[in-house]
Formats: sequence, structure tokens, C-alpha cells
Amino acid sequence: MAVVNYDSELRRAGAQATHGWRRLVFLAQRHLLGTIGLCIMLLFVCTAIFADLICRFDPLSIDSAHRLAAPGTLHWMGTDSFGRDVWSRIVHGARISLAVGIGSTALGSSIGVMIGLASGYLSGWVDLVFQRVTDILQALPLLVLALVMTAALGPSLPNVMLAIAIPLIPTVARVIRANTLALRELPFIEAAKSIGMSETRIALRHVLPNTIAPLIVLATAQLGSTILTEASLSFLGLGIPEPYPSWGRMLSESAVEYVRTAPWLVIFPGIAISLAVFGTNLFGDALRDILDPRQRG
Amino acid sequence: MFAYIVRRLVLMLVTLFGISVIIFVLLRIVPGNIVDILFAAAGYVDPADKAHLEHDLGLDQSIVMQYLHWIGGLARGDLGYSYVSEKPALDEILPRIPITARLAGLALMFSASIGIPLGVISAVHQGTRLDYALRVVSLSGLSLPSFWLGLLILMASVSLFGTMPIFNPHPKTWAEAIAIYCVPAMAVGFRSAALTMRITRSSMLEILRQDYIRTARAKGASEASINYRHALKNAILPVITVIGIEAAFLIGGLIVTETVFNIPGIARYLVEALRWRDYPIVQNLVMLIAVVVVFTNFTVDMLYAAIDPRIRYTD
Repeated sequence: MAVVNYDSELRRAGAQATHGWRRLVFLAQRHLLGTIGLCIMLLFVCTAIFADLICRFDPLSIDSAHRLAAPGTLHWMGTDSFGRDVWSRIVHGARISLAVGIGSTALGSSIGVMIGLASGYLSGWVDLVFQRVTDILQALPLLVLALVMTAALGPSLPNVMLAIAIPLIPTVARVIRANTLALRELPFIEAAKSIGMSETRIALRHVLPNTIAPLIVLATAQLGSTILTEASLSFLGLGIPEPYPSWGRMLSESAVEYVRTAPWLVIFPGIAISLAVFGTNLFGDALRDILDPRQRG
Repeated sequence: MFAYIVRRLVLMLVTLFGISVIIFVLLRIVPGNIVDILFAAAGYVDPADKAHLEHDLGLDQSIVMQYLHWIGGLARGDLGYSYVSEKPALDEILPRIPITARLAGLALMFSASIGIPLGVISAVHQGTRLDYALRVVSLSGLSLPSFWLGLLILMASVSLFGTMPIFNPHPKTWAEAIAIYCVPAMAVGFRSAALTMRITRSSMLEILRQDYIRTARAKGASEASINYRHALKNAILPVITVIGIEAAFLIGGLIVTETVFNIPGIARYLVEALRWRDYPIVQNLVMLIAVVVVFTNFTVDMLYAAIDPRIRYTD
């Protein structure tokens, strides 16, 4: 298993980076696209946190006098068929997308890590059972499994998070299992065993921390995919229910019907989804290059 | 090799059995069924009528009995009846398969014909502005929701031609056929093209660093010959894997695209059946998707050995 030594990597790259801040600047310059991605992600996180301060209207308040108003000085991104301010709904929609994205990625990754660690470290029948379960979960596309799960569990924020998290488990479990299998054979694990450390302690204290880098890479890559899946579920009417202002649902409400008369209802929520996913993808790519140079393209 | 194939086939059956159990249980863990929906819509519930309807649909039986009834029917080729249309599920599903298959095939063709050449160009020009631009384009492809891309295409169609493409199973002209199938296929295939491009690029970069490429250059081979005859031929294996996996997983993109373009394929039908809790349709469609995914993965694995003589499977 390759271990990246940052200091030597930075020195080799010619960086005079002795101070933490300088290192950050060096990495930002070296991975320009990743820096742009990080900025986009930070923008969305700030938008979600300060949504109440940024938005100009209550995202749920209906104003029949201003139905389908075009973008202007009062309503920057226009209004929808109920007269609700699109800008305010997009700003609040960031909360939903980030909550589902981070929540389901964290949940799916945590369960995946536990399964992968147990499967790789314990082997035997535990590995056999978990491998079959991951095979079964991987035999269905993410959106299909998430659709069936939300239909079964019912449309609500926690259910959507759960429905998206479960299909993520097999990918994480397989990556962690492969890493654990490689780590298990390394001398430091043997050394830990020889001094009488318990198997659980070895797995949690020595194996788990060494799988963090690939996990971070994978989780960042999956963040974009979870945001897209939530948007797709909501677009199909099986995701976040009303009155939550979800980006996918905003497109669903405006779909085809308003393509001719109110194109702003199609354009702005779509830009928000694409930009959020684009930012996570850019950042995820850069993170992969930094933390897992073996996969560097 | 024979033992490996047998083992894989057995594992495939185990996987399909697991999926059938999971889907069957998932659809029944939530309280309420099609009868509840129908009676709720009617606004009146007569317990006797409700019980009668549940008996007719077999919903009063235990879950185990319902499962055995379904699996037994599947083995005999009897998929049951749709709760909504009351027609045989097979008659509902079969006519929709060619529509979705045609869309998926076109999307894959689009994906390979755009993704592979752009991936090669990006790798050959690594580190240049062109490479950066192509990488950004490929990342955009992975970031654009296919339903939004579909909506943008509809908007463009309205502003350019004043109309939207409406699905017709028997297009009269080439232009109509292109509008009906190729445009939605492009909306679905854009994401796959981006993924294919990324894999082609990274696979090509790995191959271009090999010694035999340096040797080919040293003996005076042309750049085109090096890139396409020597490098791409060896870099294509992971690309085939991705195209194979995408072929199976394209259904995710097709679900939303068929909804946007109002195409009556199996992907959109699955969403409609889920909304109506039309269990026989959902169960059979999910099983169909699982069978396609599992067999595509198996075929891709077998293709490996056929394409690359270095790969031999043992048990």
C-alpha cells in the first residue's frame, strides 16, 4: 500500500512550503480546477447556512398577484406558478441538497466502512455473507434502488437520505475491504498482533485510520452523485415532498408545462444543481490526485 | 474456465434470488396497497368491498405465499396481472422493451463515438489548454442532470422550431425519427460519453508511458499509428468495462429522460407503476433490470478473455 509523504512530495514539486498557509497556496495553484471546485462548494455551504439572511422572500409564501413574474429587480429569478420567489427557493433548496448529499453520503459511507472492515479483516463466512449482500445491492442501478426504497418508505427527508445511502454502501464496502485485505498483511499489523492487541482494537486503531484517504476520495466523488439522485427523485415526484423547496421538485413543477411560457423556472434550478455537482466533482478529482496518486489520470 | 463460468452462473442466480426477496419485501413493508389508494381516491371505504378486492388480487395471503406465487409464476412465464390496467403484466411490459432498448443502444453509440475519440485527444494533448477544456467538458457532462439537459433541449426546440418532439412509435420521416429517438438518446448518452472520455484518457495516459510506445516512436512510427494502433488497442479494455457497466446502468438516466420526453418505455413505466403501487409491474420490471445488469456484467467479464489473451479465468 503506497503511503504519500506530503513533505517530500511538496519538496519534489519544488515548493518552498514550510508554513501551513504556504502549503495550501501551493496546492491551490497546483490544482487550480480543484480550488475552483472547493470555492463552488464553499459558496453552496455558505448559501445553505445563511439562507435566511440571503433570501429576499419567504420561500413558501404564495403571492397570487405575482404569478409567473419574469426575472426583474423585485424577483431576481422570477416567480413560479404560485407566485413564490425562485431565488429564495433556490437559496433554501441548497439546504435540502446539502443535507441529503452530506447526510446520505455520511450514512452510506459509515455503514460501508463497517461492512468493508469486517469483511476484509474477519474473512471467512462474514466476508462471504457481506460479499453476497453487496453483490445483490450492486445489481441494481442507484436510481432504481433509491426509487423503490422511497416508494416503499414514503417521501420524507430522512427516508430520502436513507434511500440514497443504502445503494452507496456496496461501493464503499468493496473499496474498504480491498484496502483492509492489503493492510492486513503488512508488518505493523503483525507487530500489533505479536504484542497481544485484540483484533477489534487492531481493526479500529490501526486498519481503519489507514483507509481514510481512499474513503475521503470516494465520499467526495459520491457527494455529487447523491445530490443528482436526490434531484432526480424529487423531479419524479418521489423525493422531497412539498413544501420543501427542493431543486429537483422545482424542475418537476415547471417541467415541460412552463418550457414555453416561463423558461426561468427551468433554467435557474438546473444551473443550481449542475453547479453544485460540478463543484463537488472538480474538488473530488483534485482530492483524488492529492490523496491517491495511484489513480491520477 | 468451465468451472469459473458455472460458479459465476450460480452466483448470478443467488444474486437474482436476493434481489427478488428484497424487492418483494420492500414493496410490502409500508402500510397500504393499491386497494387503499383506490378506496382513498373514491373517498369511501366499505370494509366488505375492500376485503373482496384484496382477496381477488391475492393481497389477503401471507407475504411468503404471495412471494411463492410470484416466483412460481415467473418460472412458468406468467408474470401476473397489472393491478391498474388489469391486463397481463407481460402484455404491458413486452411492447415497451424495444423502445427503451432502442434508446439505450443509441445512447451507447453516442457515448462511444464521442467519448473514445475525445479521450484519446485529451490524453495525447495532456497538460495543454485543449486537455483542460476537454476535462472541464467531461466533468460538466457528469454534473448535468439528464432531465435538465432534456428540458433544455425541449426549450431549444420550442425557440427554434416552435414545437416540441412528440413521441410517435412509427415515425414517417428521418427527421421525425431523429427527433424522437436520437435527441433523447443524446440527452442520456451525454453523461456516459463524459465517463467514457475520462476512462479513455486515463487508460491512454497509462499506456502512453509504456516502453513499447517509446520503442514504436524510436523506430519512426507515425503519431497516429502510435496513438490508435498501439496505444488505443491496449487501452480499450477498461473502456469496454465502463461501456458495459453503463449499458446496464443506463436505465437510471432513461427513467428521467423518458419522463421528460414522454416516451412510453419501461423506465417511465416503472415510475408510474411505483406511484400506483402496481406490485406485479414493479416487481417484474425491477427483476428485468437486475437480469440485464447481472448478465451484462457477466458478458463483459467473458469479453475480457476474448479480447485480451493475457486474461484467463480459473476457478
